[in-house]
Amino acid sequence: MSIDTTIALHNLTVAYRGHPAVHHLSGEFAPGSLTAVVGPNGAGKTSLFAAIMGALRPIEGAVKMEAGLRQRVAWLPQQAAIDRGFPIRVFDLVALGHWSSVGCFRALNRTQTEQVQHALQTVGLSGFERRSVGELSAGQFQRVLFARVLLQDAPVILLDEPFNAIDARTTADLLAVVARWHAEARTVIAVLHDIEQVREHFQQTLLLARRCVAWGPTAEVLQAANLSRARQMAEAWDDDAPPCREAA
Amino acid sequence: MTLIELLIQPFAEYGFMRRALVATFALALGSAPIGTLLVLRRMSLVGDAMAHALLPGAALGFLSAGFSLAAMSIGGFVAALGVALAAGFVTRATAQREDASFAAFYLIALALGVLLVSTHGSSVDLMHVLFGTILAVDDAALLLMAGVGSISLLALAVMYRPLVVECFDPGFLRSVGGRGSLVHMLFLVLTVANLVAGFQALGTLMAVGLMMLPATAARFWATEVWSLALTATLIAMASGFIGLLLSFHAEWPSGPAIVLVAGVIYLFSLVAGPRESLLRRHFQRSKHRIA
Repeated sequence: MSIDTTIALHNLTVAYRGHPAVHHLSGEFAPGSLTAVVGPNGAGKTSLFAAIMGALRPIEGAVKMEAGLRQRVAWLPQQAAIDRGFPIRVFDLVALGHWSSVGCFRALNRTQTEQVQHALQTVGLSGFERRSVGELSAGQFQRVLFARVLLQDAPVILLDEPFNAIDARTTADLLAVVARWHAEARTVIAVLHDIEQVREHFQQTLLLARRCVAWGPTAEVLQAANLSRARQMAEAWDDDAPPCREAA
Repeated sequence: MTLIELLIQPFAEYGFMRRALVATFALALGSAPIGTLLVLRRMSLVGDAMAHALLPGAALGFLSAGFSLAAMSIGGFVAALGVALAAGFVTRATAQREDASFAAFYLIALALGVLLVSTHGSSVDLMHVLFGTILAVDDAALLLMAGVGSISLLALAVMYRPLVVECFDPGFLRSVGGRGSLVHMLFLVLTVANLVAGFQALGTLMAVGLMMLPATAARFWATEVWSLALTATLIAMASGFIGLLLSFHAEWPSGPAIVLVAGVIYLFSLVAGPRESLLRRHFQRSKHRIA
């Protein structure tokens, strides 16, 4: 992983479907950092990810990263964004993690097939290869998505609400996977809701309420004063306000 | 009446029956896999909308050149694609959801089409356009159906992987640099082409039946995209075969007969198919109660 994985946000302003979502956000995700993104519902967390992925074009400011890095960012979508009844087998879903080397036409070679099995083993789902994803529980399905991210072998990993409605045992197992990614010096950014979980497992926190409330070491960011300020900002939101043009 | 007389003789004796059978098989090969993907994309009603949307184009073709296959096909193709593009544009540019904008545009197109046909043609013409003439397909129409079916299968095979991924997890395809919107666009073009081919034989209202009913029925039999598409194709072919025989022996109109057979197969699958059907769910529940 020789590529510089710094993701810098410069005065980033993003609108989703014409509504303001993230305002004037500046800061930097350092290489190898482990950051939780926390904030009330509608705080722009998913829009921030979409802007980093290049799926949403900023209306002001920019996301700066080294050329070619964006194609190597792995993204774990919210479970609600995926049709869990889709007729696809566990093996095939995980094997999608090889997309960058396999693409539209090539077949998996023996090593790549073994890597799929190994990834399933890592998330505790050995023997599930032939199952249809419709038969899986929410927790098992999330394990499968983590296995796909494992295969992508990405220097930057974005996790959108990875532990929402997931059982405690799966959460613990998958947090261990996150810790492993951190130990391997990958940059991990996760949208989370459980403040205690963030305190325990994530060093850095970005507290977002459309604007940045605080960004830095978790213990400093997650103070009562900041959290209540984020709540107050959420109560004052006007969804029909035009995107503003003020200087940051 | 022997079984041979019942099942084989109509096709052995009458050329128009053989042509009709070949036409439905060609349609089944292209339409059924497309219908499968439409169901998986939760676009079941979009197929219906586009089948209606091609009417004003076909009508304009008919008015300018009479019963000309080329003029009606091109007109229908352009009209349906226009509706799809307009609906897609409105969805991206406003907060309106895709199903709503599709409904709005296809209703406009349908009304326009019926108006055009009924003010400038006879009611017989209108019935032809709405319900097709599968027992009178000529060489050109047969070639069109076979050509569209072949191209569809080939195109689906080439873009199978990105198409399935775009359907299942579009965010992932985008994140790995896949051309999701291009794939989606090509898929819409294929859908319209199949509907245009189908409406020559079955009419605008029935063409979508052969596309969607086998695909929805297949969900109760198969668990992977390729096996769903295969099952749907076989169901569509069987519907064509049985429907044509029914229409021959009972003197029913052929288009509705074919689509009704597909409907009966759907209802049977819904009740008694091996996967997630009503009976299956009922038995699973009683098994849980015992355990």
